[in-house]
Amino acid sequence: MYQYDSYDQAMVDARVAEFRDQVERRLAGDITEDQFKPLRLKNGLYLQLHAYMLRVAVPYGTLNSTQMRMLGDIADKYDRGYGHFTTRQNIQYNWIKLSDAPDILADLASVEMHAIQTSGNCIRNTTSDQFAGAAADELVDPRPYAELLRQWSTFHPEFDYLPRKFKIAMIGSETDRAAMKLHDIGIQLVRNDAGEIGCKFYVGGGMGRTPMIAPVIGDFVPPLQMISYLEACLRVYNRYGRRDNKYKARIKILVHEIGADEYRRQVEEEFAHILTLNLEPPPAELERIKGFFEQPGFEAGLSDDLDLSDPDFALWVDQNTHAHKQAGYTIVTISLKPAGGIPGDATADQIRLMADLAKEHSFDELRVTHAQNIVLPHVKKADLYALWQKLDEAGLATANLDLISDIIACPGLDYCALANARSIPVAQKISARFADLGRQRELGELKLKISGCINACGHHHAGHIGILGVDRKGVENYQLLLGGSEGADTSLASITGPGFSEDGIVDAVEKATDVYLAQRADGERFVDTFRRIGMAPFKEAIYAKEPVNG
Amino acid sequence: MKIITGNDLRTGDVIWWTGEGWSRHVNDAVEAGDHADAIIARENAKQIVTDTHVVDAEQTADGVRPAHIKERVRALGPTVRLDLSLKPADPDAGNWVI
Repeated sequence: MYQYDSYDQAMVDARVAEFRDQVERRLAGDITEDQFKPLRLKNGLYLQLHAYMLRVAVPYGTLNSTQMRMLGDIADKYDRGYGHFTTRQNIQYNWIKLSDAPDILADLASVEMHAIQTSGNCIRNTTSDQFAGAAADELVDPRPYAELLRQWSTFHPEFDYLPRKFKIAMIGSETDRAAMKLHDIGIQLVRNDAGEIGCKFYVGGGMGRTPMIAPVIGDFVPPLQMISYLEACLRVYNRYGRRDNKYKARIKILVHEIGADEYRRQVEEEFAHILTLNLEPPPAELERIKGFFEQPGFEAGLSDDLDLSDPDFALWVDQNTHAHKQAGYTIVTISLKPAGGIPGDATADQIRLMADLAKEHSFDELRVTHAQNIVLPHVKKADLYALWQKLDEAGLATANLDLISDIIACPGLDYCALANARSIPVAQKISARFADLGRQRELGELKLKISGCINACGHHHAGHIGILGVDRKGVENYQLLLGGSEGADTSLASITGPGFSEDGIVDAVEKATDVYLAQRADGERFVDTFRRIGMAPFKEAIYAKEPVNG
Repeated sequence: MKIITGNDLRTGDVIWWTGEGWSRHVNDAVEAGDHADAIIARENAKQIVTDTHVVDAEQTADGVRPAHIKERVRALGPTVRLDLSLKPADPDAGNWVI
């Protein structure tokens, strides 16, 4: 994976020193909160419901074991012994002291990490396919391009004060595992009929209060012009984005209001101009970066055979591993969703254990997924049983990937100052209701996503089943949505009708799954059945009055 | 009743105005009456507290309870990790109806 050069390290170290000075001045009363707030946000430090919250960037979701171990140590040393992995492949700490923040950033910098641009109206951390460099279906490894993008977007002066925050996802497989079309920009590396690699640009997607699926704006941009095309996309947005209205300021609104064709025309015009300026990084830089992402030293000629005589192990292998491009290896997803647990939370000990396992079994690599799980991308199948046993001992072997209990949930009103309702207790109750793994597997792939407010950090619009928490006259209320999806079949979920109480929403979810089980055709997932039969049968079951006896 | 809350600038802890200073325990909060704006202005000037604001609350048999769920969660701590909560100093905090 990428390693900082002297410029990267100097930039991050300078930022730590700068922030240390800013914090000292704030604590001394030399600057006011109004002056300080934008400075701390530039370093990912929010003030949430209970304390300061620090969001640490995990570039394109990739970590080595040293970095992961540091994340565990920070949880112990400065927080309350745990961290929360987020839907943008980052990690958040919920109990940070302002006076500790500079030391935390220094610790992060010592392992080539930071919290820069994890907040504010700038280009945020680029997300990517958690199976990058490992997936059997991969066309091109997206990580070198994502790293180039990271370097371009970090401290980019022109795009430091955009109309709103800006999120980019980058993939290199046909299968979209990064919810690409629901980002401000999604870039997919594709191959044309001539066998050349290019970038397909989807621009103007997003969730939040106005969910939209990004249209294709650039069909095939040569990779060596990717940065120039991005510059063009951002410039048009920066010029015309709605700075007058926060709720209409995301790029999706601009693309929607002027239309994809007009936006594309303006981007192409700007792109043609930018190409004359020679702003593109030299090809040698991309080649240098690619050098950090060479395949690890896989052993050749290994068998794909596995002893699956342990039924629990066999279940986990079936549910939580994916095909690797190298024979004899597999991709392991560690679920952070134990029955009744808090989605995305991991203790400091668990974080350090995962670091150790990555060192021992996965060529020192880990990934954070947008579904709030952790991936070991390169595990030798011969090591798999031993690995599973260690995970099981630590409560990290839940075999529920992509099942109904593999829930995405935002922190909600338990932690977040913006939330209107709690997300985590609802996730816990659903997870407990469907705790039986046999029942979950009978339901098959079912992506359930919960947000505690309209900002949709829990991706409820993209859930096969989505739940949105709202505030109804000071009382938590939960709306149910059905039919959303991300990936190749991206769709936006529709609301079923009136909302429910915390317990009522759990019952409503169960009724929706009952309809699916009764109506599904062979091979259909929940979302497939919903698309075939529509909302009506679900609505009828969910809102049916209980019969009155006597 | 109207009570005043904020966050300790250095630690980020949720704190409540007691009439003489700040406490991490909501049960120590006092009625701010008509003086809330003046108290907030004076305390903000000291640069030791941030995000100060007035909250509707009521005095119950169990103590002071904010009216809105968001402030009750602030007072109690995350409802999903009661083991981590320092507030309020109420042994029965786990049984609060949020």
